[in-house]
Amino acid sequence: MSLVEAPAQRSRLGSSADRVGLAALLIATVCLVAIGGKWVSGPLTSVVVLVLLAVIVGVIVLAWRGGTEARRLLAPYGLLKPGMLWLGLFFLAPLWSLLRISLSTKESRFDINYNFSWAFENYQTAFTEFGGQFSRAFLYAGIATVLTILIGYPLAYVIAFRGGKYKNVLLGLVVVPFFTSYLIRTIAWSTILSDEGVVVSFVKGLGLVPVLEALQIMDNGRLLNTPAAVIGGLTYNFLPFMLLPIYVSLEKIDIGLVNAANDLYSTNSAAFRKVVFPLSMPGVFAGTLLTFIPAAGDFVNAQFLGNPNTTMIGNSIQDQFLRQNNYPVASAMAAVLMVSIAALVLLYTRLFGTEDLA
Amino acid sequence: MIRSRTKVGKQLLNVLAGVALVYLFVPIIFIVAFSFNKPRGKFNLIWQEFTWDNWLKPFSDPGLTDAFTRSLEIAAISTLIATFLGSLMAIALARYSFKGHNGFNFFLVLPLTAPEIVLGSSLATLFLGQNFVDFGLVTIVIAHVMFQVSFVALTVRARIRGFDWTLEHAAQDLGASPMRTFWKITFPLILPGILAASLLAFALSIDDFIITFFNSGSEQTFPIYIYGASRVEISPQINVLASIVLFASVAILAIGNFSGKRKGSGRKQRKLARA
Repeated sequence: MSLVEAPAQRSRLGSSADRVGLAALLIATVCLVAIGGKWVSGPLTSVVVLVLLAVIVGVIVLAWRGGTEARRLLAPYGLLKPGMLWLGLFFLAPLWSLLRISLSTKESRFDINYNFSWAFENYQTAFTEFGGQFSRAFLYAGIATVLTILIGYPLAYVIAFRGGKYKNVLLGLVVVPFFTSYLIRTIAWSTILSDEGVVVSFVKGLGLVPVLEALQIMDNGRLLNTPAAVIGGLTYNFLPFMLLPIYVSLEKIDIGLVNAANDLYSTNSAAFRKVVFPLSMPGVFAGTLLTFIPAAGDFVNAQFLGNPNTTMIGNSIQDQFLRQNNYPVASAMAAVLMVSIAALVLLYTRLFGTEDLA
Repeated sequence: MIRSRTKVGKQLLNVLAGVALVYLFVPIIFIVAFSFNKPRGKFNLIWQEFTWDNWLKPFSDPGLTDAFTRSLEIAAISTLIATFLGSLMAIALARYSFKGHNGFNFFLVLPLTAPEIVLGSSLATLFLGQNFVDFGLVTIVIAHVMFQVSFVALTVRARIRGFDWTLEHAAQDLGASPMRTFWKITFPLILPGILAASLLAFALSIDDFIITFFNSGSEQTFPIYIYGASRVEISPQINVLASIVLFASVAILAIGNFSGKRKGSGRKQRKLARA
């Protein structure tokens, strides 16, 4: 798709500059991961730093001497390089060091140093002591994801198909609540759901407490500090991540297709089931990923809206890492969370995947 | 009969959507209303009486004010860096086809698919046990740029996908140097996309809690201050500042919408980006 025509004259080095550029970028990234992830240590570190510098200087020299052809081929890699190196050092290398620490042992709580020793018992601890937190995280995030579809889809549908000239205003209204801080919103919910709050007194006034307790939404006449409150908080906080992708895919649908279905004597509901809903699946798919992933790792909602029996894996990671200074076990839990989410995403993509993503 | 049933169905859907919209606003109404409350104790959680005092003294909580300005500083610095890095990546991906194109595309999405707690804790393990930087301002900025870069790159890439790159050739055919072409033609045309992406990145930075929490050390950003204070004291000034941010962003949104309509330029840009 390159639009710039290649000059007739080309040097051998110049024409293979893209291979050199790609290799240089990859080598530089690997070097940074090696240094940042403490893959190498001691004198080897300086060797890796030298390789890194040599690669960068080499590419600059090639761009300078290689002529326009080489410069054109190198340009995309040059543009990518600063961002890639940042992500290499501060996204990839940390993942490596996370895995390393998850297999390390630490003398005591107050010791900062840790020793790498293939300590698989950290993973054992993660599963045996925090298995409940793992399953709750996935359960709560799953329920919250389904709820965001149930709440978000009708709203997205109405905005996309019946919004008319108010489409943008309505879309703005959907986004506006999320301009206030995440924490403040969650704290606000804890006040709204509290025992003296509006919702509880309303429910009590209507005499609905036994009904909600039967549905396991309320517990001993309380709404706050229940699993339902945590799930409710997750649903609220991640709703726009579901609603906006669904809206985007609904908005793309050609209304003529729906009219065609109606002309062929399809009922409105059949037209929705056979035409609109399948075409909106990419939005639901993207929304599910964007909602489930952050919800599964969240600890804010469980902390402000839950009780000690509703903690999620995020709470445990945070507590072990920042309060107990137990980096190895916290890292093991984070690694398990990351891998299981990646596995779920892969499985989900295989089952429902569309090419419209990203 | 069928006709009336579908009408009822139509109304029902509208009602559902309306309820969902109200649901979105419940805590917001609450936050704004309680900024006018005069709490008895330290916790601004139970309605007592109406007062203007909090709005007349929005900065009377020094810790909160410091944290708020610190958050603005961090957001400004990290957004500048991330916008620069991310836009370059977006231009590379949208403008050129090259070896490894799909691989880089895939790699950019990866940080978005990892839960924040994994990003935060893993970055903190990188900073543990080294002597180059202490946890604080620098590590927070590094962390924010890390998650902003992907957002910026993907947003800008989406906005400039339909950009007509032959305009560059036209300019160069007319004798413009590559530099001049970029600053006179390309840059002004992709600027709206870059600005939109940087606004998004700024908002993400201001509101980030989980990743910052792991990498802040003793530094207090706005969300971190609120988190720490929420056990001891919830002052009405928190609600005032939250309301100010809310109203300011609504105003920006409204002005953007209004001026876009009047000039028609915003819409044209959007069409260009969509094409």
